[in-house]
Amino acid sequence: MTELVEPRAMGRALVRRDGVQKVRGTATYAVDTPVDLPAYCHPVQATIARGRVTAMDTTDAEAVDGVLAVLTPFDAERLASTEDAEYAVLQSDEVAFRGQLIGVVIAETSEVAREAADRVRVSYAGQPHDTELSADRDDLYAPGQVNAGHETDTAEGDVAAAMAAAAVTVEQTYETAMYHNNPLEPHATTALWDAAGDGFLTLWDSTQGVHPDRAAVCQVFGLAEGQVQVICPYVGGGFGSKGTPHANVMLTAMAARALPGRAVRLALTRQQMFFLAGYRTPTIQQVQLAADRDGRLSAIAIDVVEQTSKIKEFAEQTGVPARMMYASPSRRTTHRLAALDVPVPSWMRAPGECPGMFGPEVAMDELAEALAIDPIELRIRNEPEVDPETGKPWSSRHLVECLREGAERFGWAGRGPRGHRDGDWLVGTGVAASVYPTLRQATSTATIRFAGGRYVVEIGAADLGTGSWTILPQIAADALGVDVADVDARIGDTRHPVASVAGGSSGTNTWGSAIVQAAREFRGTFGTDPHDGAEASGDVDQAAQDEDHAAYAFGAQFVEARVHADTGEVRVPRLLGVFAVGRVINPRTARSQFIGGMTMGLSMALHENSVFDTRIGQVANHDLAEYHVVSNADVDAVEAYWLDEHDPYVNAMGSKGIGEIGIVGTAAAVSNAVHHATGVRVRSLPITLDKLLPALP
Amino acid sequence: MDAEISLRVDGEAHRLTVDTRTTLLDALRERLGNTSPKKGCDHGQCGACTVLLDGERALTCLALAVAYDGAEVVTADGLAADGELHPVQQAFLDRDAFQCGYCTPGQVCSAVGVLDEVRRGWPSHASPDLTGDPELSHDEVAERMSGNICRCAAYVNIVPAVQQAGGQAS
Ligand code: FES
Ligand code: FES
Repeated sequence: MTELVEPRAMGRALVRRDGVQKVRGTATYAVDTPVDLPAYCHPVQATIARGRVTAMDTTDAEAVDGVLAVLTPFDAERLASTEDAEYAVLQSDEVAFRGQLIGVVIAETSEVAREAADRVRVSYAGQPHDTELSADRDDLYAPGQVNAGHETDTAEGDVAAAMAAAAVTVEQTYETAMYHNNPLEPHATTALWDAAGDGFLTLWDSTQGVHPDRAAVCQVFGLAEGQVQVICPYVGGGFGSKGTPHANVMLTAMAARALPGRAVRLALTRQQMFFLAGYRTPTIQQVQLAADRDGRLSAIAIDVVEQTSKIKEFAEQTGVPARMMYASPSRRTTHRLAALDVPVPSWMRAPGECPGMFGPEVAMDELAEALAIDPIELRIRNEPEVDPETGKPWSSRHLVECLREGAERFGWAGRGPRGHRDGDWLVGTGVAASVYPTLRQATSTATIRFAGGRYVVEIGAADLGTGSWTILPQIAADALGVDVADVDARIGDTRHPVASVAGGSSGTNTWGSAIVQAAREFRGTFGTDPHDGAEASGDVDQAAQDEDHAAYAFGAQFVEARVHADTGEVRVPRLLGVFAVGRVINPRTARSQFIGGMTMGLSMALHENSVFDTRIGQVANHDLAEYHVVSNADVDAVEAYWLDEHDPYVNAMGSKGIGEIGIVGTAAAVSNAVHHATGVRVRSLPITLDKLLPALP
Repeated sequence: MDAEISLRVDGEAHRLTVDTRTTLLDALRERLGNTSPKKGCDHGQCGACTVLLDGERALTCLALAVAYDGAEVVTADGLAADGELHPVQQAFLDRDAFQCGYCTPGQVCSAVGVLDEVRRGWPSHASPDLTGDPELSHDEVAERMSGNICRCAAYVNIVPAVQQAGGQAS
């Protein structure tokens, strides 16, 4: 058990501390940073998907008035490390995917940089490329592990025997599309090398973690950490795509080194982001469920096929949630990858859980239908006493309570096996469960200083809109036992103590634990009447870490869907989620995270789809006109609620991560509601008209 | 080719030289250092660059600066020029109608434009009656604000914020 901090500021719906700057537009994102006389970069990208660059003629580009430099693989500096092939920009003439960075123009203005980049003439020796994902490929392979260090495959009992013996089975293939994170702020960097000596590099970079960002840059350029400062007070969204730096950061640093003493800016265009900023792999999920007449599961299996790039492996852990979600004596999860000539996939909001709760949660709905059991009741009957994967007890698990409270609030009672018709609209409801692990990173330090009668908390944490600017002072205030108005936070700068990435919904758990530790050190050393300048630090690894429990947040998503009987248009007038996430530190910012995640899940269900043109090896719809994300008019009511859950094991705040769980399960709930409305089971996302129309009654 | 133009931005007069290819957005951000309007797409697809241009909302990434010689531009920052937040900005704060804040200056300018358009009786696709006075219903606001993408998906907070600022409690 962890010694819990008594909540006074925690639990209050305080207004965002960075709110005024954001509504005025004065919050400085990476290329908003005022610098003297910035130069502008425009990248050159490969227009073949595989092969070699044989020559680049930069004469015309260099002749454009205002061009300062043009870098190509033939003349760019050699990097200290090319171990990470994604970061090895301009280090060889090889092209591993279409859109890869093969050059950069630096110019006095952005217009000139862009024009000159167009004037670079590139010759290629192209080779046939291979970009088509399919479950039938004969070269699928098992990665050494999947994302977040999970095992690639797990097996328990005999799934085949259970399937053969079961009263009812479900055996279906489910697919999720390729998705691009598309934070509204493009990936952007301002870089400045000090002209003196070996130089000092300052990066104003849009990143989910200034310290991990710096570590990657130091490795690639062979620099000591003391030679690089990364600054990022505000991030215009990331959703995982800014959790690790991408090649554009290295290219900007390289471009800046060509012009020491001059700040250079590089913001990817929206189109370029579809090649260079990571994405979620499409997934093909073969799901098997076996159950007795009462709905008790005897087998759960998920066999996942997805893609990675040839130059860098990323294995989305799509099969992982099936390992712990429901009780079953036999179970199998596998992951197989196709390595393709495609851009490098990476994290996108709830990697693993988000796609991995689509197939299984639709399959549970299919099982409920086959058994004529209410889908909520089916889930309740398969609640595991302990974590099926580890055998550990739960730190807290209130999925059943989420389902029941959601049912109550949504008006689930009396729902029949089919929806109803309202004029031209077919109306139905659906439910799905959601889950996200409670994660804590190994490294983070916070410092608390008493200065001028105020407490100053410093930690290199990030606020991607998640609320860190506001909630970290709430945690510090309670840990110190002072008024939150007397606490200032300083984040988003490597001058502050080291902080982990804002990823895996682990930020508050990790940074908050370090802050509580620092506050306890501070009070232990200086008591309640500290002298001016008193300072203490705390590390997350000093904080109590429970190893004896399985810690997860749970939730239930409810959807009402209306499908137009003639056109197949799908509307979701109501989306309602109930979550069990431990203590909510700021209900205002937390609610925004839940509704944001749920709405992104709605977007995934109905709209988002990166259509890959395998003939040329690129996403065909690579902008915001063609890659549809939900707009205001696509969204009606989205309601988020949470239980008053107490978890004494997770951390001193009693809080679980909340940034990702909102997206998990939403798409399955939408598909289940569409089925209830129409009788059509859409197992492949997104749920578009073409999949509904031929089958509509 | 360069051209010299005048712009009045957030109440201040400027004379500046622009490349004739320079968008109004880049003129504001890269020539005048006003980074309140944001670039999310540069193609008129996201709304992050919205300002009030001669009193009406406009996408500055789709406007060539040279074509707006003498124009009056008000950015989200300029809406709070005297340090006091505009009612729309206050409503966005009250309703937590944003997370990362990147779309927000554009949303705010767009909302100011919407309220004015509704006041003037302009109908929208969502208006039940093209001749009557539109009301600030959910559907009206959501429709009119749909040119402003919020990837953080604060939509269900943006609509009540706009209604609040328009004097219509939700
Ligand atoms: S930047 Fe102008 S609409 Fe997106
Ligand atoms: S607040 Fe992040 S895009 Fe709208």
